[in-house]
Amino acid sequence: MHSDAFDRYHHGHSAVHNLDPRVKVLVTIAYIVSNALLPDGAWIAFVLAYAFLLIANLLSGLGLGFTLRRSFVALPFALIAITVLFSIPGDPIAEFKFLMWNFVVTDAGFLRFVSIVIRSWLSVQMAILLVSATEFPKIIHALNHLRVPTIITVIISFLYRYLFVLADEVMRMLRARQARSAATAGIRSGGSLIWRAQIAGHMAGQLFLRSYERSDRIYNAMLSRGYKGELMTIHPHHFHKSDLMIGAFSILLFLFLQIAGRL
Amino acid sequence: MTNSQTKTSVVNVQDLHFSYPDGHVALRGIAFQLCQGDKVALVGPNGAGKSTLMLHLNGILDGRGEVEVGGMRLTRDNLPVIRAMVGLVFQNPDDQLFSPTVFEDVAFGPLHMGLPEEEVLARVDSALEAVRMSTYRDRLSHHLSVGEKKRIAIATVLSMDPKILILDEPTAGLDPRARRTLINLLRELPITMLVSTHDMAMVKQLFPRTIVMDDGRIVADGKTMDILEDEKLLTEHGLEKP
Repeated sequence: MHSDAFDRYHHGHSAVHNLDPRVKVLVTIAYIVSNALLPDGAWIAFVLAYAFLLIANLLSGLGLGFTLRRSFVALPFALIAITVLFSIPGDPIAEFKFLMWNFVVTDAGFLRFVSIVIRSWLSVQMAILLVSATEFPKIIHALNHLRVPTIITVIISFLYRYLFVLADEVMRMLRARQARSAATAGIRSGGSLIWRAQIAGHMAGQLFLRSYERSDRIYNAMLSRGYKGELMTIHPHHFHKSDLMIGAFSILLFLFLQIAGRL
Repeated sequence: MTNSQTKTSVVNVQDLHFSYPDGHVALRGIAFQLCQGDKVALVGPNGAGKSTLMLHLNGILDGRGEVEVGGMRLTRDNLPVIRAMVGLVFQNPDDQLFSPTVFEDVAFGPLHMGLPEEEVLARVDSALEAVRMSTYRDRLSHHLSVGEKKRIAIATVLSMDPKILILDEPTAGLDPRARRTLINLLRELPITMLVSTHDMAMVKQLFPRTIVMDDGRIVADGKTMDILEDEKLLTEHGLEKP
């Protein structure tokens, strides 16, 4: 039994799956940058950007609401922007008191907050679509082609490779603790909260120690097979004319979005 | 071995089925009984379902069917009490030893059970004594050798004073001396045990009774002597006569 809860790739043969990974990575980055550059309250552009996302969803064969369902997990991070509600000068629209502070929500602050949430939400969904419709090694390979420094792509690929190993180890450790989490009839079991926290801390520490030692072993195994600081792959990309067309079309569309957002 | 009818049943499993969430069927109707003092080997090829079965005996996995430990039917409510009766030792001692020092690991079970401090100390000492590791009390677990870790792992459940000891491949990866020490230790422990293993020489020396599993079923359950003589059975299920 293995934990593959992190693997987001969904196998398929759709138009989005078959698109050249370099184009996919570039279009995703362009989409995110384009969203970030849209001014506050550019509703038409937001709607158009969402339409683009929906079409991509549809073409991927994963379903219209696929990325929407998975995006909620990232939404809380956008709530960090909540401070802009109070910090942008404008007409007050609501007021509340928290402890000794008086918070005044302004209309401009509200507009910016909603815009930020929409921007990040759209961007997260596109990123989700990218990893769902592209095998991980292909993304890394595309990043290599796009001249992302090797050190970064190597770190990302190792992170991905050993995340699963680590998660399996955590699962087995938790299971071993569970097996000994016993009770005697009539006595309160489980120990104190502080003791339990201590045990959890020990487990995290053990995990760190083992990962550290494991990384040493892995590195030795790599060296002994001639590793020189670069992971070699044979993974030819076949760049089709259609890939270029789709990429160029998407970028043009994002430019149009920028104009539409400023009208 | 005396007639098992006259002894108290410690573990009783009836018609146990289990499939993993990915649809892989691991157990297809397991039934067996262990009585007080039985020392039983559980053999069979990799993937036969041995580890899955063991994880059912203290409710880590929850399949369809009946599991009875110490006369109590395993339910969600009595899980903690049953876990105190079933000492499960995992194959990889690194999973089992999650505390920095040997003492803390052996004390985990008794402390979790809410026992008073003197009792905990006494149990840790006697558990370490039982596995001949008393001098290792304050050592750091991750500095020990595999053989030492295995013995400490056994101590971590002995300290809970279990009714039955369940060991998953205890001799795997041990050097001959560590293996010999462990076999002698298992022989001396006066406790009911179920041991999954591929070490057929140990099975012959240590266990009067053997259960053979393959493909989620028990295909033989009887005297070790008889089973080891049945060459057809052994070859059919990927085993070898020692």
